[in-house]
Amino acid sequence: MKEILDDIERWQAQGKRVALARVVAVEGSGPRLPGAAMAVSEDGEVAGSVSGGCVEGAVVSEALGVLAGAGTPKLCTFGYSDDQAFAVGLTCGGVISVLVEPVEW
Amino acid sequence: MFEALARDIRSERPVALAEVIEGPPDLVGSKLVVRPGPPEEVLGSLGDPDLDRVVRRDALGELAAGITVTRHYGLHGEARERAVSVFIESFAPPPKMIIFGAVDFTAALVKVAKVLGYRVTVCDARPVFATKARFPQADEVVVSWPDRHLGEVGSTLGPRDVVCVLTHDPKFDVPAIVAALSTSAGYLGAMGSRRTTDERNERLRAAGVDEADLARVMAPIGLDLGARTPEETAVAICGEIIALRAGRHPQSLRDQAGPIHADRVLSAGR
Repeated sequence: MKEILDDIERWQAQGKRVALARVVAVEGSGPRLPGAAMAVSEDGEVAGSVSGGCVEGAVVSEALGVLAGAGTPKLCTFGYSDDQAFAVGLTCGGVISVLVEPVEW
Repeated sequence: MFEALARDIRSERPVALAEVIEGPPDLVGSKLVVRPGPPEEVLGSLGDPDLDRVVRRDALGELAAGITVTRHYGLHGEARERAVSVFIESFAPPPKMIIFGAVDFTAALVKVAKVLGYRVTVCDARPVFATKARFPQADEVVVSWPDRHLGEVGSTLGPRDVVCVLTHDPKFDVPAIVAALSTSAGYLGAMGSRRTTDERNERLRAAGVDEADLARVMAPIGLDLGARTPEETAVAICGEIIALRAGRHPQSLRDQAGPIHADRVLSAGR
């Protein structure tokens, strides 16, 4: 989280809304531990990461969706075993859960 | 609340964020920010005073251990129920490494320890060697006797913290190790040849250290990598620290009998 605070506050100072995505669970092999965080501005700017690069694109979409919607937090799961159901998976075979929510608290 | 949390994280004050990630829809996203005391402070609420109380207690426990985890509760904080899932994220201050001995190996170990995120203190009783100029990356350079320094800061050391004794001079390292053994540091290693280690172990026994405490000391310090240079030795030491914390068992020098340094170094790529 620490490494993305500057970006979050800069975007907010520019009047932009920001979504925060945090890894809250990792099963099996996963590249980043719970707490790994990524921020997305309403313009689609990105800071930080939640995986080894496998699901960042999908998380940006989820983040923009959360900002455009009711603003309620959304728990998203990405995993190899779900690759039929999800367009994006982790090549490492792990499953990660990512909580996406607006930074408005 | 985010601003308060960000301030704590930036200034490396310990703080935990607890958030409902699964449960009744109106609770999901509710948050509790917990700062350990004194004075203990709590911001926000998870919507139920009993749940707040239990999560506050658990968050303080996880924060003390530096653990980030999801825990499950009943609607009023009951154990062994799963109505509410709470993600507890610990923002613990960086772990500490105290290095005794301002030697060449120290400079390399400071560098590798900084890469791993340690807050590094170099301590040596000799003011000529213990200078900030020699260890620019160290967070703190202290001119003091090791046992005196540990007398001052030893009580702040916990399982995430590390003490490395690189003095390999019995005058310094025996009191340093004896003092370090009275702390809760998670790792204690001491540098020296196998002969130095054997002699030091005898001195430690003579100083009243029992076998259980002696078994806490990783000496000769480091993994059996065949390290030669100070930088390679620093990697061997940090590798051992990571492995012990993770409960893994790569070969430590302590548990081998062979030479510490590789006598022949193959060039890269062979």
